[in-house]
Amino acid sequence: MSAPAHTVSEHAGTPHGFIRRYIFSTDHKVIGIQYWFLALTAVSVGMTLSWLFRTHLAWPQFVIPGFGGPMRPEQYLSLVTMHGTIMIFFVLTVAPQSGFGNYFLPIQIGADDMAFPRLNMLSFWITFAAFLVLMSAFFVPGGAPLGGWTSYPPLSAVGQIAGPGQGLGETLWVISIAMFCLASLLTALNFISTTIEMRAPGMSLMRMPLTVWAWFVTAVLGLLAFGVLLAACILLLLDRLASTSFFVPAGLVFNDSQPPLAHAGGSPLLWEHLFWFFGHPEVYIAIVPAMGITSHVLSNFSRKPVFGYKAMAYSLCAIGFLSFTVWGHHMFVSGMSPYSALAFSFLTLAIGVPSAIKTFNWLGTLWGGKIQFTTPMLFAIGFVSFFVTGGLSGLFLAQPSLDMPLHDTYFVIAHFHIVMGLAAMFGIFAGTYYWFPKMFGRRMNEKLGKTHFWISFVGAYLTFMPMHWMGIEGALRRYAGPGGLGFLERMAPIQHFITIAAFITGAVQLLFYFNFFWSLRHGEKVGENPWHATTLEWSIPSPPPHGNFLTAPRVYRGPYEYSVPGFTEDYVPQHLKPEEVAQATT
Amino acid sequence: MNHTEAEPISEITWAGGPSPLAVNKKKLGMWLFLLSDSVTFSCLLIGYSYVRIASPDWPRPFEFYPAIVKATLLTAILLTSSLTMVLAVHAAHKKQRARAVKFILLTMVGGILFDIIHITEWINLIVNEHVTPFHNPWGSPLFGGAYFGLTGLHMLHVTIGVIYLGVMAWGFGTQRFAAEDVEVSGLYWHFVDLVWMFIFPLVYLINVVPK
Repeated sequence: MSAPAHTVSEHAGTPHGFIRRYIFSTDHKVIGIQYWFLALTAVSVGMTLSWLFRTHLAWPQFVIPGFGGPMRPEQYLSLVTMHGTIMIFFVLTVAPQSGFGNYFLPIQIGADDMAFPRLNMLSFWITFAAFLVLMSAFFVPGGAPLGGWTSYPPLSAVGQIAGPGQGLGETLWVISIAMFCLASLLTALNFISTTIEMRAPGMSLMRMPLTVWAWFVTAVLGLLAFGVLLAACILLLLDRLASTSFFVPAGLVFNDSQPPLAHAGGSPLLWEHLFWFFGHPEVYIAIVPAMGITSHVLSNFSRKPVFGYKAMAYSLCAIGFLSFTVWGHHMFVSGMSPYSALAFSFLTLAIGVPSAIKTFNWLGTLWGGKIQFTTPMLFAIGFVSFFVTGGLSGLFLAQPSLDMPLHDTYFVIAHFHIVMGLAAMFGIFAGTYYWFPKMFGRRMNEKLGKTHFWISFVGAYLTFMPMHWMGIEGALRRYAGPGGLGFLERMAPIQHFITIAAFITGAVQLLFYFNFFWSLRHGEKVGENPWHATTLEWSIPSPPPHGNFLTAPRVYRGPYEYSVPGFTEDYVPQHLKPEEVAQATT
Repeated sequence: MNHTEAEPISEITWAGGPSPLAVNKKKLGMWLFLLSDSVTFSCLLIGYSYVRIASPDWPRPFEFYPAIVKATLLTAILLTSSLTMVLAVHAAHKKQRARAVKFILLTMVGGILFDIIHITEWINLIVNEHVTPFHNPWGSPLFGGAYFGLTGLHMLHVTIGVIYLGVMAWGFGTQRFAAEDVEVSGLYWHFVDLVWMFIFPLVYLINVVPK
C-alpha cells in the first residue's frame, strides 16, 4: 500500500537543503510539527513550574534549590503566572490548532498546502520568538511577572512598584502576548482562507471531517478575538512605557510612605472587559479543536458514523458564536449591574445546550458500536469524561449568586483545569496517538500508551476533584500559603494529597515522552491506513510527501462512512470511486 | 457518461474544487485581515470612548484653525487618494500598466502628504502646546495617550500602505504582479481611509473648543 520511502522524499517540488526543508520550511506539515514541538517544550516548562509551586503549597518550608530559602510569595506568584500563560497560550492554543490543524486541515480537505504558505511560516516564527521573549522574563532583573495570566491592572500597568516581576518582566509579558496575538491572527486568516478556498472537488461543507469544522470555527474565533487582546496589549504597553493611564485610576496608593501615583482617568475595568472579550473565546480556542479530534476518533474506533453529524457541526458554530456573548461571567464580582449579570448568566447557561448536544452525540456514536479500545480511543473517551465533569461545575459558576462566593477560589481552579486544561490535553493526546502513524510512519506503543492513559486519567481526577471541596470551604487561589488563617491551615492534608497526586500524574507523562521518542525510531511500521479510517489523510503515504497528494483527490461521500451495509470492508473511504464501491458491494 | 460525472456536485457553490466563491485566496485573506484589524481599531476606539466618558475634565482643545482645517485637509487628501486608487485598479484590470502604475504612484503621494501634514500637526501639539502621551495643559492626561495612540496606529497603517503600494507599483510595472494583486492592495488602502473616517469625527470634531 505505502509508497517506498525514497519516492516519497524525492517528490517533485520538495525543497532541498536541511534549512529550507526542516527549519524555514513553508510546508504545512513541517510547520505543524514545529508547532507541536514548541508546545511540547512549553508544556515541559509549564508542568515543571506547577511541580515547584505545588511543592511549596504542600511543604511551605521546603527549600527548593535555586530559590535561596523557602519560596517567597512573589516567587510563588511568578510561577503561577508563567504556568498559566505558558499553558494557555503556548500549549493549549498552539498544539491542537496550529499544530494538528496545520498538519491535517489541508490534507483532510484535499489541498496540497495552506492558502498562504509563507505567511504560515512567518506565523510560526513570530510565535516562536514570542515564546523566547516570555521565557527571557525569567532572567531579567526582578524576574518573571506575577500578575497572573490575566495580567490585571492596575498592578500590571504601574511598573516595579507593584512587585519585583512587574517591572521589565511584565513588559516582556505584554510584548510576548502582543506578538502571539499577531501570529495567531495570521494563522486564523490562513486557516479560514484554506478551508473556504482549497477544498478538493466534492468536499462540500457537510462532507468535511468534524476536525476541519472544529479548526475552522476556532480560526474564526481567533480572528475576532486576538485583535481585541492586541488592542488591549497596545494600551497596556502605552500605560507602562508612555506613562498613560488607560487602566490606572486616580489616587492609587501602594503604601503609606509614598504619595498617590501620578495617574488619573483610567479604569482597570476597561482591561477586564477587553481581556475577557478575548478571554472567553480563547478558552474555546483551546477546547474546540479537541472536540473535533474526539468526534473523529470516537467514530473511527466505534466503527460507526458520527451520531448527528450536522448537529455536531452546527453546535460547534453555536458554541463559537455564544463564546463572544458571555465574557461578563468572568466579572460578576466587579460591581456589575445585576441586570447585566442576569443576561450574562442566561447566555452562559445557554452554552450548556450545544455542549449537551455534543456530549449526547458522542455517547450516541459509542452506542451500539464495535468499540476498539485503542490508546487514542481511550483518550477521546477521557476527553468526554472531563468535558462533562468540568462542564457541570461551569453551571455553578455561571450563576452570579453562586459565583460570588466561589469566585477566585480553588473551585474555579478545579473547573477550568478539568474542562479546559485536562479535556484539551486529552484531546491533544488522542490526536497524537491517532495521527502519529501518519506523521512518522510508525505506531506508538499501545501498552505504554494505555498505561499512560490510565494513570493520567485517575491521577488527574485525584489532583483536581479535591479542589472543588477546598473552594467551597473558601480556599482562595493565588495565595502562596495559609497566612496564619486557621481554616486554610486545616487544609494542609488535602494540599499534600493534591501535590502527591500531581507528582504521580506528572511523572507518568515521562512515559509519554519515552513512548514518543522511542516510537519515532523503533515503533511498528505502518502503511497508509493503519486504523482503517475513511478520511483523506489515510489515502496517502505515511508520512505524506511534499504536496501531499500524488494525484489530485476527489471526494464522493461524507467523512464517517463506517460499517456501510453490504460493503466488503467496514469502512468506505471518502475518495473511493462510486464504481469501485459498487463492485465491492454485495 | 460514467457514474462519477453524473454527480452534480460541481453545481453547488460550496462543494469544493477551484475557487468555490470565485474569490481568489489573496483577496479573501486580505478581507479577513481587514476584519481582524477593524476589531483591533474598534477596541481602541471603545477604550478611548470609555476613558473620555469616565473623565469629567476631558479637554476639548481643537480650534477651527489650525487643527480642524488641517484635519479636514487630511481627510480630503485621503479621500482623493482613494479615488486615485480606484482609478489604478480600474486601469490595472484594463491591462493599462503604465496608467495603473501612475495612479498607484499618485496614491502614494497622497499617503506621503498625509503623513507629512499629520506629523507637522503632532510636532505642533508636542512643541507648542506641550502635549505628551501622559500630560497636557488642559485636563485629563489621557487625552494625549488616546490622541497619539489612535492617530499613531493609523499613521503606521498609512506608512505601511505607502510601502505596500510602492512594492505593488514596482511589481505590477515589471509584470510580477497581476491586476488582482493591485485590487487587493486597494482593499487595504480603502480600509485605512475608512478608519480615518472614524478618527476624524471621534478624535477631532467632538473635541472642538466649546463655544
